[in-house]
Amino acid sequence: MTILEVKGLGISFGGLRAVNDVSFSVKPGEIVSVIGPNGAGKTTLFNMISGVYLPSDGEAKLDGEDVTAQAPHLLAAKGLTRTFQNLQIFQEMTVLENVVAGFHLSERPSIWADLFSLPSARRRSAEVRDKAFAFLEKVRLTNAAEEEAGNLSYGALKRLEIARALAVGPRVLLLDEPAAGCNAVETEEIDDLIATLAQSGIAILLVEHDMKMVMRISNHIVVLDHGEKIAEGTPEAVSKNPDVIAAYLGTEEEEPAHALG
Amino acid sequence: MDALMQFIYSGLTVGAVYALVALGFTIIYNASDVVNFAQGEFVMLGGMITVFAFDAGLPLPLAALTAIVATAAIGVALNKFAIEPARGAPVVSLIIITIGASILIRGASQVIFDKQLHRLPAFSGDDPIHLLGATLLPQSLWVICGAFAIFIGLWLFFTRTLLGKAVLATANNRLAAQLVGINTGFVMTLSFALSAAIGALAGVLVTPITLVSYDVGVGLALKGFAAAMLGGMGNPKGALVGGLLLGLFEALTAGYISSQYKEAVAFVVILAVLFVMPQGLFGEKKTERV
Amino acid sequence: MTGKSKWIQLAVLAIIMLVLPFFFPSGYYYRVGALIFVNALSVVGLVILIGYAGQISLGHAGFAGIGAYSCALAPVHLGLHPALAVLLGAGISGVLALLIGRPILRLKGYYLAVATLGFGILVSMILSNERGLTGGPDGISVPGLGLRPLLRDMGLRLSGGEFWYIVNAVVLLVSIWIALNLYQSATGRAMRALHGSETAAKTVGIDVARFKLQAFVLSAVYASVAGSLLALQNGFITPDVAGFMHSVEMVTMAVLGGVGSVLGATFGAAILTLLPQILTVFADYEQLVLGFVMILVMIFLPLGLLPSIAARVRWRGV
Repeated sequence: MTILEVKGLGISFGGLRAVNDVSFSVKPGEIVSVIGPNGAGKTTLFNMISGVYLPSDGEAKLDGEDVTAQAPHLLAAKGLTRTFQNLQIFQEMTVLENVVAGFHLSERPSIWADLFSLPSARRRSAEVRDKAFAFLEKVRLTNAAEEEAGNLSYGALKRLEIARALAVGPRVLLLDEPAAGCNAVETEEIDDLIATLAQSGIAILLVEHDMKMVMRISNHIVVLDHGEKIAEGTPEAVSKNPDVIAAYLGTEEEEPAHALG
Repeated sequence: MDALMQFIYSGLTVGAVYALVALGFTIIYNASDVVNFAQGEFVMLGGMITVFAFDAGLPLPLAALTAIVATAAIGVALNKFAIEPARGAPVVSLIIITIGASILIRGASQVIFDKQLHRLPAFSGDDPIHLLGATLLPQSLWVICGAFAIFIGLWLFFTRTLLGKAVLATANNRLAAQLVGINTGFVMTLSFALSAAIGALAGVLVTPITLVSYDVGVGLALKGFAAAMLGGMGNPKGALVGGLLLGLFEALTAGYISSQYKEAVAFVVILAVLFVMPQGLFGEKKTERV
Repeated sequence: MTGKSKWIQLAVLAIIMLVLPFFFPSGYYYRVGALIFVNALSVVGLVILIGYAGQISLGHAGFAGIGAYSCALAPVHLGLHPALAVLLGAGISGVLALLIGRPILRLKGYYLAVATLGFGILVSMILSNERGLTGGPDGISVPGLGLRPLLRDMGLRLSGGEFWYIVNAVVLLVSIWIALNLYQSATGRAMRALHGSETAAKTVGIDVARFKLQAFVLSAVYASVAGSLLALQNGFITPDVAGFMHSVEMVTMAVLGGVGSVLGATFGAAILTLLPQILTVFADYEQLVLGFVMILVMIFLPLGLLPSIAARVRWRGV
């Protein structure tokens, strides 16, 4: 029943071991969070799973198929997509076009039909527009549909990025700090959205700094420190794990007792 | 064997000029992330102004100095009036601005000077030197040694002086350099002045061999650009090696294959290098952060 | 941009094309108009490459050269009708763009600029050096299209200028229609998306290399057809058509008018084509003024003339 399985994934930059031997798995409908102090290797891990970086060792399996180091656009075609910690928005396109771009794969563009605006191309475009509107509604951005995306507020762009990722029709969705820089209300909205997505059967892998949010919505938590997995388990188990507490308080390994005291 | 030696000499001579143009590119690129397509015009100005100052009766060294100072001033003006106001513009805009500047300088030279070919007397006469079975013009030695002297001088400047280190720091990280109190605006000005002066000096050195006219800049800029790319953009050592290699390739092609296609081969080599290692010979590999 | 605005843009342009001749003081201006349309044609191709897909080329004159020399050589050596030679040139340019595009388009920014520049220079060098075939730097004559005599026999008498004004206007309108179709389509959207963020484009499944390549091939075909038309209307062509300065002119026209908009690009082509005509009186100052204009526009109107003016008008609430 596992949809995404990560086994022994590791990567080095120059001589620096950024991530080492990380394994975990995600089931459909499950929300798995990756947490850890700054520089623990969370985003690097995401970049490896989503094909942005080439891992030095280990493998990633999507629905049983080895997809290690596959190009991101091929992974998208297989149902794995992501959002970014520092927004990656098509700034000069409208909000609606951003989401429409997410339907790229289902739209299957044909250059000839597009050049001559053949009826088939126009029909598909119209269909996709309607579907994109539905996603904009989900993230409450319908009012801004025709605005240039670059003009939106940070929180709105975060939601837009999620809407665009949803348009891809993912089975696995990687969210890199979806609530970063959002106020409490916006965070709660994103919170609810993620829960709904999981309920619809999408496997969610989440990196997030907002611990309250992580504890509330995660089914399973993976803790990284210095590129290594130091713990994993349910939110309760992880929050009581002494290694995790030590990592977060930033103490040396020699004196964990002191930290706990 | 003698022929080969002969080709190597001519390759090193022209390669030394390419290396200086590439070095000029590198200095400006490091300071401002701009590739200055007007770099070749600096070489032209160096030659042109020297010729006209010399013809007006100035002794050669003084004429050359005038040319170098005037060109450096033009470089500073270029930065002040064309590059600085466009800070942060997309690459395409910057390419157009510097190409525009090169056309502007060329157009102005055509009006102020003329469209004729001009020559300068060689610094140390025209008696060829016999060396390792081939002959070498004294002026070629001037060009090659001049180029090496400039490279060594710059290396000392960048590694031994505080000002040089400030320039390096700015190239490395502009914001951080500002934070530690480096006047990055001044560093930009200095880089353009330095780059223009080096170009002008190359022009002075090479004019006795190749002659000069208002339109020699484009070709030199393209070759220098190519040499800088070959060596790896932004790396002075790359500029030197890239320039010399390019000169050698050209001379050998002209000698053994076809003089018509000597420049073609240079671009073929560059395309090949870019395909195989897009960062050039000495360029750093950059990982895109997301 | 909606479907409606596409037809408005085309209509505005068609009306300008129709009305303009009424203000021509002499038949010579048909020639100038025809030249503007040819330049605009290659610039529209660059709008697809630079404006849509965000890739630079300093070598597109190379494709114009291929189009031009196809029209000069194919009728003589292959016995092809000049009209078919235009298609042959477009085909060769397209295939060549396809072949070199793959490796070249992996490069970015200045590296892409130098690679395309290298390609363009190679083409112009071959055209200059292969004297036996191309006539070398002095150029070569181009056989006529043969359409004008045909029209005359049908009772329609057109001067050379008038004929090419009409032909080029029609070709330009059609190619602008195609470029506008592309803008709104899924393919055009993929190009604009990868322009905005390659990283994000990949995550929605866009095969970035493929769409860059499509933009490159399309723009090459546009440049090639423009080169062909230029050769046919002049009846003579030199390797300068493929030269570096021609590539620079093309990119400058595109950026001058506003590389994001097809109409703007046409406007840019018009201005840069007219400039030398106006400056013929001061022939010596032509380059000086051109360089000056290029710098000024990029600094003060960075979006290009038309969009910058439009933005200012909107800003003032007019």
